[in-house]
Amino acid sequence: MSSPTPITAPGTLAPTPSQTVGPFYGYALPFAGGGDMVPVGHPGAVVLHGHVLDGAGAPVPDALVEVWQPAPDGSRRGAPGSLRRDPVTGAVIGRHGLTFTGFGRVPTDADGHYAVRTVPPGGVPYVAITVFARGLTHHLHTRAYLHDAAGRAEDRLLSRLPEQRRATLLTTPEDTGVHRFDIRLQYDGVHEETVFLDFG
Amino acid sequence: MTTPPAPPGTIEPSSLIRPGTVEAPVLTQARISAEITAARDDYARSIAAGAPVRSHPDRDYAPYRSSTLRHPRHELTAMGSDPEDVELSGPVFGVTDITDLDHDLTRRHQGEPLGERITVTGRVLDRSGRPVRGQLVEIWQANASGRYAHLRDQHPAPLDPNFTGVGRCLTDDQGTYSFVTVKPGAYPWRNHANAWRPAHIHFSLFGSAFTQRLVTQMYFPGDPLFAYDPILQSVTDDDARGRLVAAYDHDLSIPEWSLGYRWDIVLDGPSATWIEEGR
Repeated sequence: MSSPTPITAPGTLAPTPSQTVGPFYGYALPFAGGGDMVPVGHPGAVVLHGHVLDGAGAPVPDALVEVWQPAPDGSRRGAPGSLRRDPVTGAVIGRHGLTFTGFGRVPTDADGHYAVRTVPPGGVPYVAITVFARGLTHHLHTRAYLHDAAGRAEDRLLSRLPEQRRATLLTTPEDTGVHRFDIRLQYDGVHEETVFLDFG
Repeated sequence: MTTPPAPPGTIEPSSLIRPGTVEAPVLTQARISAEITAARDDYARSIAAGAPVRSHPDRDYAPYRSSTLRHPRHELTAMGSDPEDVELSGPVFGVTDITDLDHDLTRRHQGEPLGERITVTGRVLDRSGRPVRGQLVEIWQANASGRYAHLRDQHPAPLDPNFTGVGRCLTDDQGTYSFVTVKPGAYPWRNHANAWRPAHIHFSLFGSAFTQRLVTQMYFPGDPLFAYDPILQSVTDDDARGRLVAAYDHDLSIPEWSLGYRWDIVLDGPSATWIEEGR
């Protein structure tokens, strides 16, 4: 891996605007095993799951959640092998289930629920998340900080958030290796809105 | 949910109106169009007052009613550009993820799909104009009649057994992507009464960083539905909205075969995006 090169020149081309993913991406974007970021039975695997909820507290059944994180050794390269196709029928058969790719993609179900199986990230206490949905004109970035990960106390983002806001970025322990992380697109009258991030 | 309007010349049977129910006022196109105009006027005033150009749509865009309960009310938390941020690197897809046929949506079934065959091509660039190489581009779309191969799309237009409407490719060394497909049709939706979406192709792009991730829609030039559509109009900047419309390119049209469209895509992301040399 060569050393990263910072690009210091400001952007000169204007970006292509974002548009909503809409409700009908389901036959196109999700793929078999999209939530299995590590092979089934992998030692040390953890489940990250929760609901995507709107400003009425109602589940969002047509959201798409993407997760990106470093490998346990801290590597941020990712790996190909997510979208393999059957060479005869052309059908997507998904991952070969042997490697950690760092990337997960899952649609929410009718209850607005998503789940990925992964391993704790190396070097940082969080996984990066993007949320797409009908009604979202531009996707949203957030992070799920694992409640039992080292490094949370020194984290640059967490340390500058007020406590109530910070709490929306922390997972809740449910069972051994099970992390609950609900994503609230808007304050619903009871629950705080999830902190969303701008990388400008 | 609204019911489809009665055909012209027919009378709505009064037996369908249940006694005791209060009819919600019909949300007309005129009302939505007035909101679209108001949002554009607000944006023009903000620019005149010195506010920066906004290329991306507001998340709180009332004419698109689905945004009402789904937009955050807090300001997003500014992250600056810390090279340690995980979001500045991203997924890598490779040749094993894509087959030669994936970019051709007309070759995915036993027969050929109905409709006007088109090729769509262009370059994926970062904001400095450098090609974004070897990255995954995914598309999905309705068929030529304006219907998705999705159970929840119950719009009474014919399904095409030879068209599903999903394609993938990786950008090449010049950042170029290319698809063969059919031109999608316009279709109705239920944002308001008589709402119709202009023909469009959905695009999903991975740049070289998670911060460059983009989901967007490509539109076709000259579509009469542009002004009526709150999703396209959610981009209130005229130039930015124009960048969502492909150009017909006669040099890309193939004799006896297809019409050609060119659409270049510029991925956003911090100006200090970290890349790896040689990629």
